[in-house]
Amino acid sequence: MARPEPVDLAEVGLRRAHGRIIRVAGPLVVAVGIPEAKMYDVVRVGPDRLLGEIIELRRDQVSIQVYEETGDLGPGDLVEPTGAPLSVELGPGLLGSIYDGVQRPLPVLAELSGDFITRGVDAPGLSAERRWSVAPVVSTGDTVGPGDIIGLVQETPLIEHKIMVPQGIFGRVAEIRGGERTVDEQIALIGTEHGVQEVTLRQMWPVRRPRPVAGKTSPTVPLITGQRVVDTFFPLAKGGTATVPGPFGSGKTVLQHALAKWADAQIIIFIGCGERGNEMTDVLTEFPRLIDPHSGRPLMERTVLIANTSNMPVAAREASIYTGITIAEYYRDMGYDVALQADSTSRWAEALREISGRLEEMPGEEGYPAYLSSRLAAFYERAGNVRAEGSPERRGSITVIGSVSPPGGDLSEPVVQATLRVVKVFWGLEDKLAYERHFPAINWLISYSLYADRLSEWWGAEVDPAFPKARREAMAVMQVESELKEIVRLVGADSLSLGERLILETAKMIREDFLQQNAFDEKDTFTSIARQFHMLDLIMSWHRLALKAAEAGEPLERVLAAPVREAISKTKFLTDDELSRFAEIKEELSSTYE
Amino acid sequence: MNRDYLTIRDVVGPLVYVERITDVKYGELVDLQFPDGRVSRGQVLDISEEVAVVQSFESTQGIDTNQTKVRFIGHGLELGVSGDMLGRVFDGLGKPKDGGPRILPKKRLDVNGSPINPVERAYPDDFIETGISAIDGMNPLVRGQKLPIFSGAGLPHAKLSAQIARQGKVLSGEGEFAVVFGAFGITFEEADFFIKEFRRTAAIKRSVLFINLADDPPVERLATPRVALTAAEYLAFELGMHVLVIMTDMTYYCEALREVSSARREVPGRRGYPGYLYTDLASIYERAGRIKGRPGSITQLPVLTMTDDDKTHPIPDLTGYITEGQIILSRDLHRRDIYPPIDVMPSLSRLKEKGIGAEKTREDHSGLSNQLFSAYARGKEARELAVILGEQALSETDQIYLRFATDYEERFVNQGEDERRTIGETLDLGWSLLAELPREELKRVKPEHIDKFLGNRVA
Repeated sequence: MARPEPVDLAEVGLRRAHGRIIRVAGPLVVAVGIPEAKMYDVVRVGPDRLLGEIIELRRDQVSIQVYEETGDLGPGDLVEPTGAPLSVELGPGLLGSIYDGVQRPLPVLAELSGDFITRGVDAPGLSAERRWSVAPVVSTGDTVGPGDIIGLVQETPLIEHKIMVPQGIFGRVAEIRGGERTVDEQIALIGTEHGVQEVTLRQMWPVRRPRPVAGKTSPTVPLITGQRVVDTFFPLAKGGTATVPGPFGSGKTVLQHALAKWADAQIIIFIGCGERGNEMTDVLTEFPRLIDPHSGRPLMERTVLIANTSNMPVAAREASIYTGITIAEYYRDMGYDVALQADSTSRWAEALREISGRLEEMPGEEGYPAYLSSRLAAFYERAGNVRAEGSPERRGSITVIGSVSPPGGDLSEPVVQATLRVVKVFWGLEDKLAYERHFPAINWLISYSLYADRLSEWWGAEVDPAFPKARREAMAVMQVESELKEIVRLVGADSLSLGERLILETAKMIREDFLQQNAFDEKDTFTSIARQFHMLDLIMSWHRLALKAAEAGEPLERVLAAPVREAISKTKFLTDDELSRFAEIKEELSSTYE
Repeated sequence: MNRDYLTIRDVVGPLVYVERITDVKYGELVDLQFPDGRVSRGQVLDISEEVAVVQSFESTQGIDTNQTKVRFIGHGLELGVSGDMLGRVFDGLGKPKDGGPRILPKKRLDVNGSPINPVERAYPDDFIETGISAIDGMNPLVRGQKLPIFSGAGLPHAKLSAQIARQGKVLSGEGEFAVVFGAFGITFEEADFFIKEFRRTAAIKRSVLFINLADDPPVERLATPRVALTAAEYLAFELGMHVLVIMTDMTYYCEALREVSSARREVPGRRGYPGYLYTDLASIYERAGRIKGRPGSITQLPVLTMTDDDKTHPIPDLTGYITEGQIILSRDLHRRDIYPPIDVMPSLSRLKEKGIGAEKTREDHSGLSNQLFSAYARGKEARELAVILGEQALSETDQIYLRFATDYEERFVNQGEDERRTIGETLDLGWSLLAELPREELKRVKPEHIDKFLGNRVA
């Protein structure tokens, strides 16, 4: 068994700050002798210098959650405080990276320790060797403050990285250097009241503290995903929050891929938090192959993946969503729209519960700590639409889509309930619909979007004034359908009135020709908002005209047999170049029924 | 470095509290030497300056606080591994149980293993032909997958898993196959069934068995799956074999975990199971997989008996969230004497689509299984209706579907315990069942496949 090098006691004596372990219980370690310990400071534990974080202080006892396996640690082992909180490295090179929950790059770990992640391996989040071409945008003598952009780096062909002045630095640019730089090389010197400060490409930010902004605004613009059920029925706003429960086999992964691929956000952060290894492998192999449809470039050029699978250390799972959202905030501050997907927040909550149990805290509901809902709320609150600090003025947003994995599909459990209280959009994926091959399997009766009204206005203004009405009518039809189906089940279809039978037909069209969308069909996979409106408009127009015709005495069979319905059902496969086709079909519709 | 102590303070259930100890590490292995000379293995679960909490793998009966000696061994639980393990039977901690010689280890490995780096995993997509239609045709197993069998008391999960172990083979035919069998908490009879079964079919030569019986110490069960998987990892990733790991019964494992947790007075989660059950189960199930650039693979087939056939119980529920699908056995089919009684509707193989198709099995596989799924679902609905209204009241189409559902269960799902159907036979059987349905009902299969495979078949 590998034992550490003997500790040089003289050296320890010199660095008196070292504490010593007095207890080890799973991922929790208790130490004494760290008088300067601060909450959430990072410490290095034991001979392998495992990464840990201080999560409780009691008199002189310090409780530490350790981000790696604690086997082989014991009382007496040393604990070395770093004096800094758990932080991520920010700078060019984040995009395209694959990290674990505490920002260790997984491909680099594989080079260091092989196919298995062994204890104590560490690597910086940003490559120290890689050189970036820096183009300064300020000159010597300019006055700058936090958040001001001083230079640009073309991080990937898709994304221009903006170098911002770090927090707390106000002053005059004493020196600025462009050219090929590594992340550690000085690119600017700024003379401040407290002396000259150096700026490098690599900047640190503590993950548990939201990055400051100049101001926050309410979301008003939709995040367009090209998924009809999402954009039209249950829209998500840029800067908004959504949650999606994913029972077994409900097609959650396909939906996530579709969102990552099509959402009109510039940066995608995907956090695999406590999920399956093979599933993560699927993401890790699929994402690099996905092509960004808006630019034709690999999607990874605007993506950061964070993978902390269920068998990786539980404390790192707890940290992973904070690592992810801090990176998201960094790009938001540059003025980008960021979409962050966290899969699954239930696993994160379980990590929280596990650590809380080890701390012997008083449990709340189902053993979760009482602060579960406030932590969840604080996480989702880091989403939003902001005016970034510094000049030039820029706006950015973070949209958070968190999935939940309710045990036994029970939506009344604490994580789902705490999540529903804070998020504004709920996409109720259902396995039942998936079995019927209705994809995306979002149940239109239980789902909701609190942005719908506000975004309907946007649609009304940007797409077509008739949109809000068409949407409302369509949703009403679906609601009535569910009631009518109940009646049909009990007493049969014969008891329905003419209008009611037409509603069933229209609902069927909405379901099959509008809500169902094939993610694997080249054309069907993305529908622009203009086409979404026209498709819905056609169906609702058909409803009105068919109803009129039927009420005027036309036999229902003939109304339903009209070939124009076939044409409507094929509109899924039209492209934006064929928008004129919608007018033709509408023409045909009028001539058929009038 | 061995250190002996006579300082046991408390004994609570399987837990032994040892005080006044120095230099003890978390997870360290312990020998408890009882006054009567018996020695029990144990492991440090919690360690502070004052006291080490040791879980004893064997019963604490006969232990006392004066004479029992505690020896700290200086390392965690390890397994000595070698290719010679094949063909042998061990106890739950890896000691030979078959009267054979000790294994001369090539290596000693920590039984806890290390997580596979997600970027080094290779996605599982090699179809394993088990010869069982309800699995191959509907919910196929692929190399590197973890696919549990959700069973219930009295259902033939043992027969089924033995059959899969016996018949499973990969169509590409490359690589050596091995079976690692981990039994925890099952009865002598059940274990004996497996051992006999492996001997009968000579499968024993390529198997390694780790057996912890119902009357063996429950705490030992916490180690057994890890010991078995350590052996499997060695065979798979060092010797390049394709290893099928059968673990039965996960329910007893979880109960042992709960027992230790409650002895430690931990805050219980759902149904008294500890809050870390998910993480703990993941550390077992996630050891399945394939690694880029290495020839071997680990495929897991854990078996668990559901309490009262309830799949929302924490054990099946959390298992389902970690594994890539599940095979559910149905009491109803079993009563009707259908073997294997696999309920195909709620069963699922999440890795199905990547493991089947033209190059892997046959081009019609995906469409055909979707068609069978939907037709069977329709047939079952018709059956429910028939119960209420009577068969006569069904429409003609519903009657056809009703017949289809029955035929599907009796001819497709049902098969002999020693019957091995090739994937071709399974798919052809599927088509011959579809021949009962009107052509226009076959909407999920491609027309060209209908022409090619259904042809002029008549039911």
